[in-house]
Amino acid sequence: MQAETIRPLKFGLHRFAAPPEFYRLAGRLIPWFGSLAAVLAACGLYLAFFVAPTDFQQGEVYRIIFIHVPAAWMAMFIYAVMAFWAGLGIAFNTRMSSIWACAMAPTGALMAFLALWTGALWGRPAWGAYWAWDARMTSTLILLFLYVGFMALHGAIDDPRRADRAAGVLALVGVVNLPIIYFSVQWWNSLHQGASISLTRAPTMAATMLEAMLVMTLAFWMYSIAASLARARAILLEREKRTGWAQQAALE
Amino acid sequence: MIRALLAVVNRDLLLARRQRGDVVNVLLFFIIVITMFPLGVGPDKDTLRLIAPGIVWVAALLAAILSLGRLFALDYADGTLEQIMLSGQPLSLAVLGKITAHWLMTGAPITVLSAAAAIVFDMAPGPTATLVASLLLGTPSLSLVGAVGAALTLGLRGAGVLVTLLVLPLYVPVLIFGALAVDRSVGGLSAAPWLMVLGALSLGAAALAPWAIGAALRVSVE
Repeated sequence: MQAETIRPLKFGLHRFAAPPEFYRLAGRLIPWFGSLAAVLAACGLYLAFFVAPTDFQQGEVYRIIFIHVPAAWMAMFIYAVMAFWAGLGIAFNTRMSSIWACAMAPTGALMAFLALWTGALWGRPAWGAYWAWDARMTSTLILLFLYVGFMALHGAIDDPRRADRAAGVLALVGVVNLPIIYFSVQWWNSLHQGASISLTRAPTMAATMLEAMLVMTLAFWMYSIAASLARARAILLEREKRTGWAQQAALE
Repeated sequence: MIRALLAVVNRDLLLARRQRGDVVNVLLFFIIVITMFPLGVGPDKDTLRLIAPGIVWVAALLAAILSLGRLFALDYADGTLEQIMLSGQPLSLAVLGKITAHWLMTGAPITVLSAAAAIVFDMAPGPTATLVASLLLGTPSLSLVGAVGAALTLGLRGAGVLVTLLVLPLYVPVLIFGALAVDRSVGGLSAAPWLMVLGALSLGAAALAPWAIGAALRVSVE
């Protein structure tokens, strides 16, 4: 591999583009992000269940929001980050960027799925139906399809470098389309008088509710980073299985 | 450059003329899918009139997806695609030519057939005209966006299913605006804004898709 012959700059961030360096750095960072996620989730859940007041309209059911909204936000955010790294991987032909994008996709899909699932559980008591063809639900579902397509395309190509670039092109096409899909779905729904209540909440949201939600979002964020780093490490070991450092790292 | 573009279009049309079955089968598929809906939903005229635009549009999407398989596959198999890439002409131009030919063979006849479908579903003349116009403006983006999927899955195992999975979510805006335009027209309102959006989507896709397709083809062919 080239990594051994090119001497990396000592303080440049891009030395982590070398697989062994990244592997070591990721190994050191995962416990930090993981424990941060656990602490934040504990604080967030405490705020959510014991501090935040009961909603006078929806009662206790509304508390699902503290999982639902962070998951939905992360699902969208991760897609943008993933497309950014995938694009970088295509533009500069850097392996680590593509691996990093690839490691993020399952977490993003998980977040989209969680948002849909908690949304369905919330919808049943709030609207009387698990599923309504609401604009936001539909666009989240399509986002999930885009994640699944990304992973399916990556999985269908045997050569990992080719898979990286093909999936990267798809991620970029998706990111151009995503706003169009989002707005088209909104317009589509606004004309059909839906049976659903609009998801936009009352502007006067209790401050503690908002705090709990933001803390939970941070917890989800940290978890996503930790999970993606762990996955990136696994992908890296698998791809570099012929190199000395990877065999050594796998033994440890 | 225009000559190169026309040469690609002519070549693909000539190939299609020599193998008429491929083109005709896609159109037959379009007709048969439409025929299945009344059998599934029931022959009630009012219901069918209500869902006709959706049926025609979904059938058009499926037919477009089905025809994507042969967009690059034959050229890839016999090496023509590599020759096109080596020819010194911009790849996005050749891609645009191939997509134009593809549209002339699928999108254009589907647009014509949709008028017949509208008659079968007992639609009024106004909405029928809107349906045809929406397909005329919308099907180019089906060919353009679909070609990205076709280029990405070129030469893969199970490419047919995979391309459906990749491309259908990206077709959502075209489907929504196409069906909305006809809905508007059924309600007696002007469909022009939605038709303009469809045209804008097609133009935007024509501007951006050839680059994505070129990049995807380079990945697939090497």
